[in-house]
Amino acid sequence: MNAESVTETAAARYSVAGDEFLFVELSESMTLEAFFRSISITGRLRERALPGVLEICPANASYQVRIDPQQISVSQLQAELEDIDAEVSSQSVQRLTTRVVEVPVLYNDPWTHETLMRFRDRHQDPSGTDLEYAARINGYADVEAFIDAHSGSPWFVSMVGFVAGLPFMYQMVPRERQIQVPKYLRPRTDTPKQTVGYGGCFSCIYSVRGAGGYQMFGVTPMPIYDPTGNMPHIDDSMIYFRPGDIVKHRPITREEYDTLQAAAEAGEFKPRTAEFVFDLDDFTADPDSVANRVKEVLNEH
Amino acid sequence: MSIEVIKPGLATTIQDAGRSGHYHLGIPPSGAMDQVSMRSANLLLGNPEAAAVLECALMGPELRFHDTLRIATGGAQMVPKIDGVACPNHEVIEVPAGSVLSFDFVRAGARLYLAVEGGFDVPERLGSRSTYALGSLGGLEGRPLQAGDRLKVLSAEYCADVGRSLPESLRPVYHKQYELRVVPGIYDHRLTPEARERFYDELWSVGSEADRIGYRFKGGTPLEFIEREPPFGAGDDPSNIVDACYPIGSIQVPSGSEPIVLHRDAVSGGGYAMIGTVISADMDLIGQIQPHQKVRFVPVSLQQALTARAEYQQRLQGLRQALV
Repeated sequence: MNAESVTETAAARYSVAGDEFLFVELSESMTLEAFFRSISITGRLRERALPGVLEICPANASYQVRIDPQQISVSQLQAELEDIDAEVSSQSVQRLTTRVVEVPVLYNDPWTHETLMRFRDRHQDPSGTDLEYAARINGYADVEAFIDAHSGSPWFVSMVGFVAGLPFMYQMVPRERQIQVPKYLRPRTDTPKQTVGYGGCFSCIYSVRGAGGYQMFGVTPMPIYDPTGNMPHIDDSMIYFRPGDIVKHRPITREEYDTLQAAAEAGEFKPRTAEFVFDLDDFTADPDSVANRVKEVLNEH
Repeated sequence: MSIEVIKPGLATTIQDAGRSGHYHLGIPPSGAMDQVSMRSANLLLGNPEAAAVLECALMGPELRFHDTLRIATGGAQMVPKIDGVACPNHEVIEVPAGSVLSFDFVRAGARLYLAVEGGFDVPERLGSRSTYALGSLGGLEGRPLQAGDRLKVLSAEYCADVGRSLPESLRPVYHKQYELRVVPGIYDHRLTPEARERFYDELWSVGSEADRIGYRFKGGTPLEFIEREPPFGAGDDPSNIVDACYPIGSIQVPSGSEPIVLHRDAVSGGGYAMIGTVISADMDLIGQIQPHQKVRFVPVSLQQALTARAEYQQRLQGLRQALV
């Protein structure tokens, strides 16, 4: 962030939420800067290891902290956070050391297709599929071109939650190229496990089977939530993704899906990952070259 | 030591004090919705205060005991029956090997807590035995009980004498109508001033969609949000926000129609504006409100919420002193 944009940093809006939570909105609209600020502030708060701070939850353009008010008051916490925010905002270099994760996706798969047909009466366009609808309203010539766009750019995991381990992902392209789709008119009561979904400006992966309102584009064989502890790529937290991860989707064939799915079932799925240093200034100056570097680091591994 | 589930009841799950520190990854605290009643049943029986119990919502289970075990109940008034013979609530009773424990219909409250000597034995997941059904985590195979399940019990180091009962002054009292105290805030500035006022004036009734994730309320006038140009990424509905974290106890009003208060199995975040948060001291109470009962939301300050919290802690301390 340059000196000019530092002065433009919007004031954070602090709101007490009952006697145990402080909710902090950094921006009303979704921006990469707000996400970056949220992940930086919550990371530094975690490092300070303050007594009485129980849970630190970064979100897309906001965050939330749960406290034991007998150990730390809301006003003490807010003073710490204002201090951290000033520290983060005044830094000349905005960098995040993170990892890039390749997520294989069978787009247009039979399972989400069966499900979306079952709930067609809850969709904006009952005559087509979710992919056809998303391609059309975003100005793509056909579904293939749309899949190229969805799988061509990297994505920031900007929040993990809703249900266990579900990543919300924000597309790392200039705003005019960001995909946007509305949610279903009425939520479905069913979504296949590991569905790649889309709502608003966020892509997601459903970690468990259940209700959902996002458009459905495909399914990944990669397990992302492991309540039974059988998946070697997922640690004791049971959750694979962390806010700040960078995701690159890779379209796969049905044949490869079946192979990877069998590996996952045998507890032998190995995601392709690489370390990556994200620099906000570099990205703002030239998003496409950062996207290309994401692809390069994956290919080197 | 085992107990066989003949009938599971309406929604019976294994719960304890819950888990902390995983909400940022979408795993909510879970645990008994009414923590004081869970602790009261355990303390009465001589169990560790937060041993795993059965949380039985509205309609109790039918259980065959294969070993002689002592039990105690807390929370809702649902008369326990051993081979059809009624026994008291809030008292240590012994269930002989081979007999069946069942429950009468619920007379007051919504959730009964069944403690058994030693506590229920399921593996701890992320530091707790509590069931989080949405994530298939904890409890018995991550789900509510089913007919045919076998429940195991840890061996007890100590157990209270049969007939020990909870002093009358420490028993819960249930009503037909309740007040839930709320600290207004978060996104309540997005409501019109009239809607904000009306929310606290009107009586709301608990909808049938009232479970461990959240309680939905009906019967009030829909709440209007102030019209605006939707911020990028928020969605078109005036009740939408850029997806954010949801505090436990927070109140969201999708499309302005029916408020939902999130409880211990909360979805950890989403895209609906929250208009306030139920104070921690009143969260236990929500777990004891039945569908169709009436509730008024009462706005309070943070200071009042902290005072209520201290009173809640004192009540819990009183329970410990009376029973340990």
